[in-house]
Amino acid sequence: MLIVEQFPVLVVAISLLSAFTILVAGLVNKKSCCFISIATILVQLVMAFYILNHVLTEGTIHYWLGGWKPPWGIEYVVDALNAYVLVIVLFIALICAIYSKRSIEHELPHKLVSFYTVYQLLITGMCGVTVTGDMFNMYVFLEIMCIAGYALIASSKIGLKAGFTYLVMGSIGACFVLLGIGFLYSVTGSLNMHDLSLLLPPLYGNRVVQAAFVFFFTGLGIKMAFFPLHTWQPDAYAYAPSAVSVIIAAAMSKVSIYAFLRVLFSVYTAEFIRIYAPLTTVISWLAAIAIIFGSVYALAQYNLKRMFAYSSVAHVGYIMLAVGICTSTTLGLTPAVMHLLNHAVMKGCLFLIAGAFIYKRAELWDIMKFPGLGRKMPYTGIAFIFTALAMCDIPPSAGFVTILYLILAFLEAGQFIFAAVILFSVIVTFFYFFHVVEMMYLRVGVEEEIEKERGEIPMSMLIPVFLLAALCWITGVIWLMKIPFPILDAVNSMFGLGVVP
Amino acid sequence: MSEEKRIRERDVIIETISRLMIPFIQLFALYVIIHGTKGPGGGFQGGVIFASSFVLYLVVFGLAAAGKRFPEGADTALMSTGVYIFAGVGLLCILVTLGTAEYLNYGFIPLTHHFEENRALGMDLVEIGIGITVMAVITEIFFNLVWKKEEEKGKGKEEQR
Repeated sequence: MLIVEQFPVLVVAISLLSAFTILVAGLVNKKSCCFISIATILVQLVMAFYILNHVLTEGTIHYWLGGWKPPWGIEYVVDALNAYVLVIVLFIALICAIYSKRSIEHELPHKLVSFYTVYQLLITGMCGVTVTGDMFNMYVFLEIMCIAGYALIASSKIGLKAGFTYLVMGSIGACFVLLGIGFLYSVTGSLNMHDLSLLLPPLYGNRVVQAAFVFFFTGLGIKMAFFPLHTWQPDAYAYAPSAVSVIIAAAMSKVSIYAFLRVLFSVYTAEFIRIYAPLTTVISWLAAIAIIFGSVYALAQYNLKRMFAYSSVAHVGYIMLAVGICTSTTLGLTPAVMHLLNHAVMKGCLFLIAGAFIYKRAELWDIMKFPGLGRKMPYTGIAFIFTALAMCDIPPSAGFVTILYLILAFLEAGQFIFAAVILFSVIVTFFYFFHVVEMMYLRVGVEEEIEKERGEIPMSMLIPVFLLAALCWITGVIWLMKIPFPILDAVNSMFGLGVVP
Repeated sequence: MSEEKRIRERDVIIETISRLMIPFIQLFALYVIIHGTKGPGGGFQGGVIFASSFVLYLVVFGLAAAGKRFPEGADTALMSTGVYIFAGVGLLCILVTLGTAEYLNYGFIPLTHHFEENRALGMDLVEIGIGITVMAVITEIFFNLVWKKEEEKGKGKEEQR
């Protein structure tokens, strides 16, 4: 066995060990926690890159935990989609850990040790959901991830209520997922994803199997904040500590979406969607409403982080719209998988910047207090403008590439109304970002505010901001040069998509 | 209830009986942990029973005495120790065989000469790890609940004065 094939399990195990090492190290030296976390994530990221390389060159990794053969034992399966999501998640986690050093010292000075312990557990959960090939294992890691998320959101004082709401909603979602798994187990007697995909096709007409699908859709819909189930999300994103907002907005929602894709295409197959065609219609229309709703509500917000949160509702809509359309175009899942990366980078950068404003002055969550800010924090301001332009889909940014491929897919499928929805959303996005930029640069503040006092955020926070702001554009160029397309082709061919019957 | 009555009265009967019971509870907990692989029970159940002995101690002798016997730092260390044993045994399988055996494949740990016996012993080790963690976590949860309540009571008194 090659050592690379051990990496999927090592990514999870090292992270778990590190979480508890941080707890012990915190007894001795509180400052060391952050560095242990950064070092661990760095090692994990390197492993993730090796996994991605191995998957693309050699093929899927199958790892039998404890040497037990599936479907009896737990199996870790890493294919192109897993490895791709794993790299995104760990990259965002690394950026966020570097950023969090000063930010958390400022916001939660008494909770450093517990913050990094829970943070590392969150990453353990996210990696676990990503690499596993077993339904119940996925549920367990989903719960580790979400429980760590509840704790992190509630760790700031204002976030307590938001954390509790999320706890209630998330637990209901987890119950639905567990019920779905139980239903499938009662019908097939198996929990292995690949085994289930072989056992299920004769049972597609079975009511239990269909009910299980509805449960998965609802449960994971809550976790990823899909439109009618998003109600926990704006508060949770807005009132969490700034570093936590970054990781849950950019990485955690992506992992939930990944889990849904995995259930939809690896457990139920593309065949199931083709048989029950109204399914895609429902997903598409819900997603279209999510896009309109999220964009319009974002326009109405005065709280910067809440605005980004509603924008996230719209962007989850983008991804789900791409999923809804995937069976009727030759592009398949391309726009959806693309936007997983693009949205992670863009929304991660926006929340980093929102956190930077709050770091400088606690009242700067309010857009109305922004006048003169562009002069006070010039570098952060520039980074914000570049990210906002990427969000407004100016070519060749990351946002533009998604829109381009989405519209290509709609034109091919003949769904012009969805193309109109997307264009509407782009226009509204432009308006709400212009509103912020106008407040920062064009409005003149009160007299004493005008006097120049430059106050930039510390270097360890500024570098992640600039890195992600640059990546918003570099990713777009890389997509346009079609360098990562082997991943997309592998995903499409694996799920049997990209061919119109 | 008046202030005087709130102060805990020492009760000879309760103290003596719980002093007798606690060692037996702990012995039973160890039995459940060790027999987890062969019969009903296991690390989790054993850990909870072990923790219940500490809970009994706290209820009978009060928080101050229990805090001395079981300091918070030791609790945190034990919590981590359990996880180290659990994940460490798994990693050992990879390390010992230089990456040919899978994670958690206990048969490859060189404890005895028989593959199956190694596997059984590895499971026992893992159960012990789980037991330690569960014991520490449950004790910690109970201590924290009690601690919080007493703190709030103290605050309330100060405000009244």
